[in-house]
Amino acid sequence: MSTLTIPGSLPSPADDCEQLHKAFQGWGTNEGLIISVLAHRPAAHRREIRRAYAEIYGEDLLKSLDKELTRDFERAVLLWVMDAAERDAVLANEVVRKWSPGNRVLIEIAVARTADQLFAAKRAYQARFKRSLEEDVAAHTNGDFRKLLVPLVSSYRYEGSEVNTSLAKSEAKMLHEKIKGKDYSDEEVIRILTTRSKAQLLATFNDYKNQFGNPINKDLKSDPKNEFLSVLRAIIRCITCPERYLEKVIRLAINKMGTDEGALTRVITTRAEVDMKQIKELYYKRNNVTLYRSVKKDTTGDYEDFLLALIGHDD
Amino acid sequence: MAEEHEALTGAFSGLGVDESSLLSVITQWRKQPEKRQGFRSSSPFFKPHGSFERCEDDFVRSLKVEFARFKNITVLWAMHPWERDARWIHHVLHKAHPFNIVVEIACTRSSDELLGARKAYHALFHHSIEEDVAYRVKENYCNLLVGLVSAYRYEGSRVDDDVAKSEAKALGHAIKSAGTEDPVENYEVIRILTTRSKAHLKETFRHYNGLYGKSIEQDFAGESCLGETVQCLGSSASYFSKVIDKAFREEADKNAKDALTRVVVSRSDVDIEEIKAVYEQQHKAKLEDKIVKNTRGNYRDALLSLVGV
Repeated sequence: MSTLTIPGSLPSPADDCEQLHKAFQGWGTNEGLIISVLAHRPAAHRREIRRAYAEIYGEDLLKSLDKELTRDFERAVLLWVMDAAERDAVLANEVVRKWSPGNRVLIEIAVARTADQLFAAKRAYQARFKRSLEEDVAAHTNGDFRKLLVPLVSSYRYEGSEVNTSLAKSEAKMLHEKIKGKDYSDEEVIRILTTRSKAQLLATFNDYKNQFGNPINKDLKSDPKNEFLSVLRAIIRCITCPERYLEKVIRLAINKMGTDEGALTRVITTRAEVDMKQIKELYYKRNNVTLYRSVKKDTTGDYEDFLLALIGHDD
Repeated sequence: MAEEHEALTGAFSGLGVDESSLLSVITQWRKQPEKRQGFRSSSPFFKPHGSFERCEDDFVRSLKVEFARFKNITVLWAMHPWERDARWIHHVLHKAHPFNIVVEIACTRSSDELLGARKAYHALFHHSIEEDVAYRVKENYCNLLVGLVSAYRYEGSRVDDDVAKSEAKALGHAIKSAGTEDPVENYEVIRILTTRSKAHLKETFRHYNGLYGKSIEQDFAGESCLGETVQCLGSSASYFSKVIDKAFREEADKNAKDALTRVVVSRSDVDIEEIKAVYEQQHKAKLEDKIVKNTRGNYRDALLSLVGV
């Protein structure tokens, strides 16, 4: 669920534009005013603000923001003002040309979105970059990672809840065999993980644990240095429970020496209107401190204020 | 009487059945069972069996098929294109129809049409196309097929010429090393053919021609699955024209004949004019004339309307 706090009666987009324009006027920028408007408007309204701003002031709001703001705060605000599809397209494009196995953005976009959201992101990618996401992922990754990531971003999984229990059993057995034989990038492993429906995969993972005693990710930890394995584990965790997966991303971003602002900004701006409430609950359960407090402790200035406004204070 | 025999025989020779000829003969021979008897005695469709002439089994089977052609084309014509494509793909995977139909659908539909077929497949069969292809296709072209059916290609005209050139070279290498690795399993070949835009691929094929002096369709012609893929991606009208012509040949089997319905119905709203032009060029005959010659009855009339006369 969304963690945005939105005023009971929204000002018109034109009024909001006026406020933003005021915030840009003169020397310096009134960041507080920008936050008080943008951080408290839902996506549809932000879209209207952007349209109205271009009409009234003849410039894309993103451009004006780019001129006025800097660094982490700017990046967070720009991502926030973009449409979800555009945001995902921009995030994907940033990583695709210099992709490394530690990078999880493509996994998040391929797995933690609904099929319609993923295709909207792909369309936005094509419109903006004049190439498809798949062709860029394919051209800039190689070997086993390419074999895994291209089908992952191309998939259009069946979204129903039907499960074939005997298939789940046999595919759990197949996965176990391959893992035991260290054939981690075997075609069957990739086939199962990238084409089966999420419901079917959950049944398969459950069956794996029942048949073989360990959760599949435990068996995939056998070689801590193997980066392909860590990508597989991330995909499995994200399929199993995206909120828990994202809680871990945020937790690691905060705990990291110096904070991983990129990851923090990404998760908060992409989930604030989706499932940030559940992520916060999981965070509190895991860390015994609220996400609000952790973010407050770990970030400063306008960037901090903006993030806190998006994730909301706790009861 | 010879006239009517001819009419009857003619009504059953070709694709579809000449319903109106049959009706005239039925009318003319009212209350004259001896006329029907005469037909049975002289027709190859019946064989003497003791005291009567029995209907040949092959004849009965082929009647069932030929009478159904008009029904099939009508049902397909009425269906949503996404459902049509989803059902054809499902038939390939579950009834072992030729896999080139999957290649045809994956490569000649627009990105959104293919996405629509994928949606329809979900709704009808509760699986995704890629899941079923990946699971059921055991041949070495499986990875190529999965890539083709999962494609959501960029549809614009922007092409990076340097990349097109280098990818033409990569394709050339793959064909040259066909002795050591089957090109259909080559990851670069799969990457290029399943992710690049159609505009990009046309440029790439053009460079291939320039580099090697032969068209990629010629060089890949012997390769299973790859041959159809580059044909469909390079020039779909040419591909469709060939498929249509195969249906008219003497040696055409059931799949070749069924392809006529499939192609005409699926392309009637899209590029049938282009296909007609290419057909005339390739086969030195008008498609409409070939249809008139080789098909019968309502089926023929439906084809002619869909093809546009």
